[in-house]
Amino acid sequence: MGQIGFYINQSICQGCKACSIACKDKNNTEVGINFRRVYTKEEGSYMQQPNGGIVHNVKSFYFSISCNHCEQPACVLSCPTGAIEKSKQNGVVTIDQEICVGTQLCVKACPYGSPQYNKETFKSNKCNFCMDLQEKGEDPVCVATCPLGAIEFGPIEELRKKYGNISQIKGMPSATITKPNLVITPHRDANLV
Amino acid sequence: MSEGSLLKRLMTNKMERRTFIKWSGAIGVPVIAGGVGTKLLIDKQKEEKVASASDWDKVVSTCSVNNCGGRCVIKAYVKDGVVVRVATDTQESGDPSIPPLRACVRGRNYRNLLYHPDRLKYPMKRVGKRGEGKFERISWEEAVDTIASEVKRIGDTYGPESRYDNYSSGQCWGLHGGSTAVRKLLSVTGGFLNFRNDYSSGAGNVATPYTYGTNNSGSSFDSLLHSKYILLWGQNPSEMIFSTPYREYLLQAKKNGAKIVVIDPRYTDTAITYGDEWIPIKPTTDNAMMDAMGYVIVTEKLHDQNFLDKYCVGFDGDHMPEGVAKEECLKSYLLGEKDGVAKTPEWAEKICGVPAEKIREIARNYATIKPAALIQGWAAQRQAYGEQFMRGGAQLACLTGNVGKLGGWAAGTGYWNRSNIVYPISYENPVKASIPCFLWTKAVEQGTEMTAADGLQGTEKLSTNIKLIFNMAGNMLINQHADINKTKQLLEDESKVEFIVVSDLFMTPSAKYADIILPGTTFFERYDIGVPWCFGDYVVFGDKTIDPLYECRDEYDVFAEVAEKLGVKDQYTEGRTILDLVKESVERTRKELDPTFPTFEEFRKKGVHHFQYDEPLVGFKTQIDDLENNPFETPSGKIELFSKTLWDLNQHEEIPAIAKYISSWEGPEDPLIEKYPLQLISWHYKRRCHSTYDNMPWLEEAAKQEMWINPKDAEKRGIKDGDRAQVFNDRGSLVIDVKVTTRITPGVAGIPQGGWYSPDKSGIDQRGAVNVLTSQRPTPLAKSNPQLTNLVEVKKA
Repeated sequence: MGQIGFYINQSICQGCKACSIACKDKNNTEVGINFRRVYTKEEGSYMQQPNGGIVHNVKSFYFSISCNHCEQPACVLSCPTGAIEKSKQNGVVTIDQEICVGTQLCVKACPYGSPQYNKETFKSNKCNFCMDLQEKGEDPVCVATCPLGAIEFGPIEELRKKYGNISQIKGMPSATITKPNLVITPHRDANLV
Repeated sequence: MSEGSLLKRLMTNKMERRTFIKWSGAIGVPVIAGGVGTKLLIDKQKEEKVASASDWDKVVSTCSVNNCGGRCVIKAYVKDGVVVRVATDTQESGDPSIPPLRACVRGRNYRNLLYHPDRLKYPMKRVGKRGEGKFERISWEEAVDTIASEVKRIGDTYGPESRYDNYSSGQCWGLHGGSTAVRKLLSVTGGFLNFRNDYSSGAGNVATPYTYGTNNSGSSFDSLLHSKYILLWGQNPSEMIFSTPYREYLLQAKKNGAKIVVIDPRYTDTAITYGDEWIPIKPTTDNAMMDAMGYVIVTEKLHDQNFLDKYCVGFDGDHMPEGVAKEECLKSYLLGEKDGVAKTPEWAEKICGVPAEKIREIARNYATIKPAALIQGWAAQRQAYGEQFMRGGAQLACLTGNVGKLGGWAAGTGYWNRSNIVYPISYENPVKASIPCFLWTKAVEQGTEMTAADGLQGTEKLSTNIKLIFNMAGNMLINQHADINKTKQLLEDESKVEFIVVSDLFMTPSAKYADIILPGTTFFERYDIGVPWCFGDYVVFGDKTIDPLYECRDEYDVFAEVAEKLGVKDQYTEGRTILDLVKESVERTRKELDPTFPTFEEFRKKGVHHFQYDEPLVGFKTQIDDLENNPFETPSGKIELFSKTLWDLNQHEEIPAIAKYISSWEGPEDPLIEKYPLQLISWHYKRRCHSTYDNMPWLEEAAKQEMWINPKDAEKRGIKDGDRAQVFNDRGSLVIDVKVTTRITPGVAGIPQGGWYSPDKSGIDQRGAVNVLTSQRPTPLAKSNPQLTNLVEVKKA
């Protein structure tokens, strides 16, 4: 099996955050620690016409993101203890909780905000692609959760063949930094110009 | 550790510290008990977690039965009797006859609901003044004894009309629950005062039948796959769900090429996901836009004259009921022939804020891109003249002939239902008197003075005010009813309502007003069958996942004991346990309704049943295909755009015979807007089902309680995003964090409904409980709740 990645059909993301809460439920993460996060963007303004009519150009979208298990993971390079490893088998990036000493350098290094620092355990952790569930034949919990089926996963090459090469939308860091294994179908208002 | 010993120790409240932490660790909520949290930090390492989400010994398929429109499949992963994780339906999408019933954000939090440290754990009685929140633990025996003797005493003293089971919806979409239990008990011991209608679509429920003869004006959602143009008017299924697979069908409709336009004061999640266009509109002015759309359609001759001639009463002067002048017809109203005001888009623009050209465009599209579905949400009928909104939408559907056609939609309340199961608990209330549910506070204060004009039915006059209230798994006693400050005063007077029983999972604002509190169970702790609102061809099995925690008990069993005290146990239970009820429902459904319905064991194994149909249900198709043999259930047998029955009520200003715009009190044209310049609305927030889950930390993190306000309005008041603000009018005052956002129309403030009323010492709510600002003035015809009609002012706190 080669590198695996996520596909996000952002064009139909309702911002319901079920993926984020399901991830918390599975990983027992407390408030403030979110391996999968949903961001909102909103912009635009209103004008009132002389007769009272309201015209607007308001745009808004949601975007769900976890760890992109990058080709060049900034977190791996940043970690002084060698706790973060990228699997040779499937490219999944994990933080070994036995080794992590909580320097939080990975938290600062990741442009996507993926590693999350736990103030109670003094360690950082992140999405492990639900490898424990995958080994038992289940899908990653976010994939199994999305009410509209907007999150998929699989070998990244297959996802790219099926859905294209977009891995960056409005408001996201440049994909050239870490080469995320992520494919996005952008919302109509989220396309990079 | 075995399940038995863990639970036993929990119930005796003699947990060792380590055990409690382990158990709490397993449920992922912060431990806040006797300084344990601080201790943890000193220890530097968290205790080992007892349960891991990837280690389970069984998966149980169950279902929540709260007042969400949808029912979803909840799969509980259980290890040693503890739920370690929840998952949802594994059905893949693609086949519209078996849509996946996947849980939303609320459903994914259920483990925290089950194991929340604040669960009510044992029965309690009030020891302070009512509403003060002081309670003392009592035994189940004492709770049952007290309820039995008060039910009898109050019934004997004041008569059965003094006993009332308040509107409540926390467990209303299953086979059994607190309300059913109470009603059955009261029925076999003399009866109780009934209520009619609901707080969801109350105005519409009464209004729509004046047009169509029924509220079943909807079509099954798979019919939308045939629609070419969909207008979602004040409907937000992304957040409030409505029916679990509805969103899937909307998505498919969009894929099939339907253009979707969302009309709403907020740029909702629904508009973001499905909308091709969002039309902001001022609250309470929807009918102005509807009238103008009608004007455009009629003056540009885009209306379906054949449809109007054949199926409708009241469109033009030639189709009016006997004895009513021709100029009272709809067409004459739209053209302004009688009142001199043509309902032009320019006229409407001034009122509703939608540009005239935009109204024209939408009217033309709706009338010409066929079939078109105008689907009305219910928020816009929870306003001062909500009846007009529902009949107004139906009027447009008739003008364009979109009724009874595949891919069209008749508008109006829009119920549809073709998939049923048998409900095994039945009762006959000997008392026939009923009040509109929204007027229960009036029936407490002045019940004996109520008349037919207040919506009293079944009797000329009540013999007593309400003296005993059961409030079972509901928050309508304080939080969700309008004008909290008024309601509070009423309940605090212990001479008015003499006895209040509340059953719930948590100490809600309503529970604080109880005299006796009963700790209820979650759906994980009992058997049931979950049914959606009237909009779905599916039912979900509610398997009992674990035994009830602490001393919590199912209301059905509690009231069986009360019945026993009163000597009517056999009439109450008819010899059945809850499991018997579920089995009976399945067996009788197979026998009486649908032989293809699964057996109990099959249903339990599958967890869900999808009823199968060859084609979509199309509302009023039978009438439209053959009116002669299938007349509408109206007095005339036709669609009554003009209702002679309403005309004869002779209150034409507030209850017109045709739907029309009525300038609303506390609307944008009310002079009070000088003092309170913002229109305040509320909405069903994605993270709550009404007020349920307000106390869930993960959900607060996902979607915090905050008020939406437009940057223009915020700037005027020196308010920045994230500031705390005070919101007030003559009825009350609250404090809330502010989200400054372009996603709400200027001049409008929005507070998600359902925050738990939390007053400080001076009585100012600190949680954003919107009902401290709402009014108890009912709508004119339905006597229903106008809770989205409010004027307020906002200032930085």
